[in-house]
Amino acid sequence: MNIGSKMASNIQPGEELLRIENISLSFGGVKALTEVSFDIKRGEVRAIIGPNGAGKSSMLNVINGFYHPQVGEVWYCGQKRKGLKPFQIAHQGIARTFQNIALFKGMSTLDNIMTGRSTHMRANMLSQAIWRGAAEKEEIKNRRFVEEIIDFLEIQSIRKTPVGRLPYGLQKRVELGRALAAEPVLLLLDEPMAGMNVEEKEDMSRFILDVQSEFGTTIAIIEHDMGVVMDISDRLVVLDYGKKIGDGTPEEIRNNQAVIDAYLGVPHE
Amino acid sequence: MSPEILYTAEVILNGLMAGVMYALVALGFVLIFKASGIFNYAQGVMALFAAMTLVGIQNGQVPFSHLINAVFGTQLHHFGWHLPAIVAILLTVVVMIIFAILVERLVLKHLVNQEPIILFMATIGLAYFMEGFGDLMWGSEIKVLDVGLPKGASLALEEYTVGWATEGSQYYGMYVDKLDMVAALVAIALVITLSLFSQYTKTGRALRAVADDHQAALSVGISLRKIWVITWCIAGVVAMVAGVMWGSKSGVQFSLSLIALKALPVLILGGFTSIPGAIIGGLIIGVGEKLFEYSIGPMIGGATENWFAYVLALFFLVFRPQGLFGDKIIERV
Ligand SMILES: Nc1ncnc2c1ncn2[C@@H]1O[C@H](COP(=O)(O)OP(=O)(O)O)[C@@H](O)[C@H]1O
Ligand SMILES: [Mg+2]
Repeated sequence: MNIGSKMASNIQPGEELLRIENISLSFGGVKALTEVSFDIKRGEVRAIIGPNGAGKSSMLNVINGFYHPQVGEVWYCGQKRKGLKPFQIAHQGIARTFQNIALFKGMSTLDNIMTGRSTHMRANMLSQAIWRGAAEKEEIKNRRFVEEIIDFLEIQSIRKTPVGRLPYGLQKRVELGRALAAEPVLLLLDEPMAGMNVEEKEDMSRFILDVQSEFGTTIAIIEHDMGVVMDISDRLVVLDYGKKIGDGTPEEIRNNQAVIDAYLGVPHE
Repeated sequence: MSPEILYTAEVILNGLMAGVMYALVALGFVLIFKASGIFNYAQGVMALFAAMTLVGIQNGQVPFSHLINAVFGTQLHHFGWHLPAIVAILLTVVVMIIFAILVERLVLKHLVNQEPIILFMATIGLAYFMEGFGDLMWGSEIKVLDVGLPKGASLALEEYTVGWATEGSQYYGMYVDKLDMVAALVAIALVITLSLFSQYTKTGRALRAVADDHQAALSVGISLRKIWVITWCIAGVVAMVAGVMWGSKSGVQFSLSLIALKALPVLILGGFTSIPGAIIGGLIIGVGEKLFEYSIGPMIGGATENWFAYVLALFFLVFRPQGLFGDKIIERV
């Protein structure tokens, strides 16, 4: 058990895992997010949708600590979070993928996914040197887990391939694998299906739903394909120009006038 | 074989030895550049500082003795011991590790996410600071470094090769300095150790990950600061090895820090991000400058070794700016 799963151990499925409270974030004059609030419940697939530039990626970057909002609070596992670094947040059980794939291009699929186990590696440099046995045992255990993920994602055939040489769709899958290797409590996916064909999207949707049901992982996903997103998510947040304009089940969002307007391009006041 | 061929072979061999040393210095640059995107101007001074520290510790010199004596009116100079080389080397490694931690704590930590040029400027500052600090700590006089490495011509090689020349020709055997041979072997061992470490340990994997993509590394829970300390430690040890080799050869003095300048053309040839590039680049420059001096040098007045590497680098900058092994630079638009 690592820090993340310990922190979340008393949050039951359906209870609030993460709460975004009144977050505002700007870059110079650009307001990326304005007074956004919503929550993510344990075990759900929570989608964040909205037109380009709406602030979706910025929202994920706030959640995993790349961006620090000027105003507002993030509550995780019932605790208010303050000033944590991204790598510390990773250790609390939040893993992610990126809109523009951020794999370690020169490394093999296996090595990439192994880095995802960083939050489960305890032996440090010194103990590695003195106590080789423990370090080796840990490495073997992690390696076994990673092989399971490789099987799960059906990427056995590219285990040793440097990921920079893989086609785009497979890279996205490896990136998902690296995030899954952390056994995250909360998984953040930034457009995991962008640029994929229908078949690849179906595969990816299946993996995401399997992750939710098999591991009970909570998932926040940004996705543009409305068909897919309505299918796989339990609840959605809709952002437009950095503001929240809708929040609810797929059914509610479909009937939300503000959302319909935003997507049909009704001019803003 | 005619003596000419044998001389040429000797020149190439000596070039390779020199090249290994250049590669060693370049390696220190590449390690830090890959991990943190910093061009560490202080790499050469680190080699000098490590060599001074080694000499100081080995001879039982009291650090900061000038300062202490000036302030307290004492007459401290020596602890009166002479440590075995291996102990002195290990203690120097400890000093370089402390140095790496201090650099991270006092400098790098405050410059996270700054422009590369600012980080570069910081390392220039660091270089000058260390130079002064080293002098203050150990004194600025030229020092003799002797960790018991063999020196002088390898007689075995001379005797072995003397019979290779054609009967009756004036040939006295191949001349290679034993110190150069040792340096080459040590450098090779160091490179192999480093590649095994980076390939087969989890810290090595984390190092490669950070070198590849900072943000992604952070997102999986790797602490950049920890990795930076580790990289600077490794670079410090590499600098020490380079410092010991060059110092044994030509004494520990300020000019030792200038070997870093020779690493620049090596990096331009090999690419700033490639470890094999640093090695091959070093070898090419080492062999290139020795061969050039041997064949063309006499026609144009000699001393070509001073500039050959830079001119070669200039050609590379014009025709292949990414170096031999560097990734092709394509600006994203
Ligand atoms: N690091 C950054 N620096 C400056 N502006 C940024 C940065 N990240 C995002 N933005 C701006 O914030 C706004 C929202 O961007 P983003 O969150 O990427 O939108 P989305 O993911 O919904 O397309 C855009 O106007 C974008 O230019
Ligand atoms: Mg985005």
